[in-house]
Amino acid sequence: MSIRTPLGFVRGLGSAKDGTHHWWMQRVTSVALVPLVLWFVISLLSVSRVDYATFQQWLSNPIRAGLMVALLATVFYHANLGMQVIYEDYVRPECKKFIAVLATQFVLFVLGAISIVAVLKIALA
Amino acid sequence: MAQFNLPPNSVIGKGKTYYAGTGAKNVKRFQIYRWDPDSGENPRMDTYEVDLAACGPMVLDALLKIKNEVDPTLTFRRSCREGVCGSCAMNIDGTNTLACTKAIDDVKGEIKIYPLPHLSVVKDLVPDLTHFYAQYTSIKPWLQSATPAPARERLQSKEDRAKLDGLYECILCACCSTSCPSYWWNGERYLGPSILLQAYRWIVDSRDEFTGERLDNLEDPFRLYRCHTIMNCTKTCPKGLNPAKAIAEIKKLMVERR
Repeated sequence: MSIRTPLGFVRGLGSAKDGTHHWWMQRVTSVALVPLVLWFVISLLSVSRVDYATFQQWLSNPIRAGLMVALLATVFYHANLGMQVIYEDYVRPECKKFIAVLATQFVLFVLGAISIVAVLKIALA
Repeated sequence: MAQFNLPPNSVIGKGKTYYAGTGAKNVKRFQIYRWDPDSGENPRMDTYEVDLAACGPMVLDALLKIKNEVDPTLTFRRSCREGVCGSCAMNIDGTNTLACTKAIDDVKGEIKIYPLPHLSVVKDLVPDLTHFYAQYTSIKPWLQSATPAPARERLQSKEDRAKLDGLYECILCACCSTSCPSYWWNGERYLGPSILLQAYRWIVDSRDEFTGERLDNLEDPFRLYRCHTIMNCTKTCPKGLNPAKAIAEIKKLMVERR
């Protein structure tokens, strides 16, 4: 039981003057993902039965490779933003939340980097 | 993790039943949450049979009848009995609403009544709103102006006054905030729909000159951005207001001023 005043508790450390960028980027990436994912699904269907050499040829087109890299970057960025919100909502105490956010950020960044390098390797081979 | 199940001392047990008696013509059963801090016991659900032939039409009428005629220990807040004071906010038939404007006939079968969810209970249907009121104080709910006060009233066009419609009617009953899962899990820091609607009421007031400072105060991952447009607030508001829209307007202003 704290003897701090209720208003003192609410005012706390004050406003973080932050959060708008995070919220806005979550909206922007989700809208961007609509055309990107549509393109991805339709493209995959069109090359689902070709051999590796044909696929490599297909992906070496700079527009397709660029769209693929943009899709991957957006997906992993969006996943990171979303996971952070979930941790902030539910994970206690503060230290666990801090570790969860950083660990997820690290894993998603590395996965994103690996997948983008993989796409470039095929596209530029 | 956020705590999702009730702590052992909050688990609800079975309570007593008060029967209406043989002369009753139209019996309705009310199951009501009871907890007495002085008893040291867990909360319980007491059942009261009320003869609707001798009772007013609203849930509050039944509560008053029970308190006056059956069980004077039943504790709840009420004042205006016409939906303008917000005192009798409670969870009736699974929805936060005002007992005074909720008709008994709207509920089929037994009527279950609990205090507003996820607040500390003072006694029976009386929740502790200390933190909620402190959050209201924190948004400075009064007109702030850098211009020296005019000799007469501060003028406002009819169009600007119309922007306050749907906001000024809020009676701070806390039905919306206590229906919001985000407020349940993060109520210490998230201001909740009710307080954010009130904050927007001052942000959008054309006579107020501290809009920027007000937005500064709200721009926070927890104070504002815990709202995930769940919409429980708008669904439950007994005054038919739309706190979710007010919060969305605040977010739009946050993006607009970047």
